[in-house]
Amino acid sequence: MATIELNRVSKTYTGDVRAVREATLAFRDGEFIVLVGPSGCGKSTLLRMIAGLEAISGGTVAIGGRVVNELPPKDRDVAMVFQNYALYPHMTVEKNMAFGLLRRRKHGGISSLLFHRAERRAELAAIDRKVLDTARTLGIEPLLARLPRALSGGQRQRVALGRALVREPQVFLFDEPLSNLDARLRIEMRAEIRELHRRTKASMVYVTHDQEEAMTLADRMVVMKFGVVQQFGTPGECYARPANRFVAGFVGTPVMNFIEGRIEGGAFVAADMRVTLPAARWPRMPAGPATLGVRPDQLHVLQSADAGASSTAADGASVAATVRSIERLGDRMDVAVMIGGTRMTARIENDDRLVEGGSVLVHIGLGAAHLFAIGEDGARLGDAHDAG
Amino acid sequence: MRSRTEKTLIYALLVAGTVTFLFPLWWMVAVSLKTPEAAQAATVRGGIASLVPTDPQWHNYPDALMQMGSVRWTGFLDALANSVVVTILATAGTALSSSLVGMAFARMRFRGSRPMFLVMLGTMMLPAQVTMIPLFILFRNLGWIDTFLPLVVPAFFGNAFFIFMYRQFIAQIPEALLEAARLDGQGWFGIWWHVILPLTRPVTAITAVFTFIFTWNDFLAPLIYLQSDDQATLSVALNSFRNQYGGITKVNLLMAASLTTMVPCILLFLAAQKQFIEGLGKGAVKG
Repeated sequence: MATIELNRVSKTYTGDVRAVREATLAFRDGEFIVLVGPSGCGKSTLLRMIAGLEAISGGTVAIGGRVVNELPPKDRDVAMVFQNYALYPHMTVEKNMAFGLLRRRKHGGISSLLFHRAERRAELAAIDRKVLDTARTLGIEPLLARLPRALSGGQRQRVALGRALVREPQVFLFDEPLSNLDARLRIEMRAEIRELHRRTKASMVYVTHDQEEAMTLADRMVVMKFGVVQQFGTPGECYARPANRFVAGFVGTPVMNFIEGRIEGGAFVAADMRVTLPAARWPRMPAGPATLGVRPDQLHVLQSADAGASSTAADGASVAATVRSIERLGDRMDVAVMIGGTRMTARIENDDRLVEGGSVLVHIGLGAAHLFAIGEDGARLGDAHDAG
Repeated sequence: MRSRTEKTLIYALLVAGTVTFLFPLWWMVAVSLKTPEAAQAATVRGGIASLVPTDPQWHNYPDALMQMGSVRWTGFLDALANSVVVTILATAGTALSSSLVGMAFARMRFRGSRPMFLVMLGTMMLPAQVTMIPLFILFRNLGWIDTFLPLVVPAFFGNAFFIFMYRQFIAQIPEALLEAARLDGQGWFGIWWHVILPLTRPVTAITAVFTFIFTWNDFLAPLIYLQSDDQATLSVALNSFRNQYGGITKVNLLMAASLTTMVPCILLFLAAQKQFIEGLGKGAVKG
């Protein structure tokens, strides 16, 4: 168990490719941290720098208060679960799990074979016990004598977990461990990893490109893009108060809707709509171009007959739209509508009256909407929620 | 489905090939079992009769081994021991050093690794005859003449061809396996011993068998560097069946002794056959 502190950590590859730029983060003892972002965002590089598998170009990494920049991986007391499992193909499951422990024992040398036989035997017995206990916890005890090639994907992943667990390291690192599994198994293993964290209370750093996985697993998550940390906070914070348009778009499914427009006289104005911005929520909004972000569950699709013409109300605005497509999810449905030239997605209760191509009114709720400066990564424009 | 004629043709070709390749071996067996006169006649006149061992002289085999060298039996036993020592050391040395160097070229990033690799490959283009005299001078200056060292020590510095083979094979091993080993507490030597060597077993089998056969049969190097009788390896000791003018007087005994010295190579090949086939079949290593 340990804290991890990253202080202005950078990674530059030859050719001035900057994989990670000045990441400064502090992970608390026993926290489950998820590094998340699209592929190539530097999340794996950051993890590998913590592990010691990648040299650090700038800044410092400290584990348990000790700067580990110059320490080789074996001396950092970390264990890692790899995406492709990385089980030694020539060793049985048992040997795979015991391998790290065997290397670390005190009486492993040839001299112990001659002079400390009793201690050596006791040590080996302790390792056997540990491996057996861990295997039992993960339900892989019957597999101990098998070679990795005789295991299924899920079993291999479990063994890889076991290999990390059995070492009882200060920090567990996971590099997209579930991405090779099928959807059902992934969800199963996700719950298991979460449970494992609850039980061991160990510090864990987990890399994934799947925001849903990040949201469900993380105590706190680090959202990254192009090597830059975009936001570091709880899943709730990242969802409810995204730092910028990128985070808002990355976290949550379906993706947040964005409408390009301007702020004019206390209202957000786009091609076919004008939404009054409640002063209580956005007290001082400077005029100028901006992007309005609305989550799909904040869009309400109404039959024209239900709501009359386009209108503006304090909690949002209703605008005329055309239904482009409908995806039924069972209990709810995703409806893609065109408002002016902008395509937006609404997640609503099932409504059989809606037809593709039909005209509807869409109510844009401002309750959980956000305003962003323009641009792909435009920062969220401060609102009264931040003060609270 | 192949037609009957096609099948017959293929078998006929295979049988013809086998017969061609086995013919010299059979001739050796036939001659080794003949009386000295019949053997002499077979080498001079040949003919079908020379291929059929009538009245096999089985005692030729012990006789041949006994007469190797100047002292009865000792010559053969000395040479056998010498061959075994030199071959085992050279084989182990080549396999260990080539896999180490192969791993370095495949996995370690260091300045000049590519030019060094190319230079190493370049050494394969040098004919042995070119390096023979400089090497002899070098070993003489080191005081290694008439010892096993010139036959064994160079093996511990790797062999360009096998290094190349190891490098190609090791480059296929997923990087994550090596990283896992690093996290499990292994240094480069630990990774090599615990991960690379077991995973490159097919390459090691090929390296070992080829080096074994080459060293066991090598005639020139022992002839150049070993001078005393008691240092001779088997291939050099076979020379004792030649007379002082270079002629062969006891051809039946020479064949018997030669066949006996071939036995270890044949046994090794049969034992390693499975590894060979595995090595050819599964190139990739899956994590």
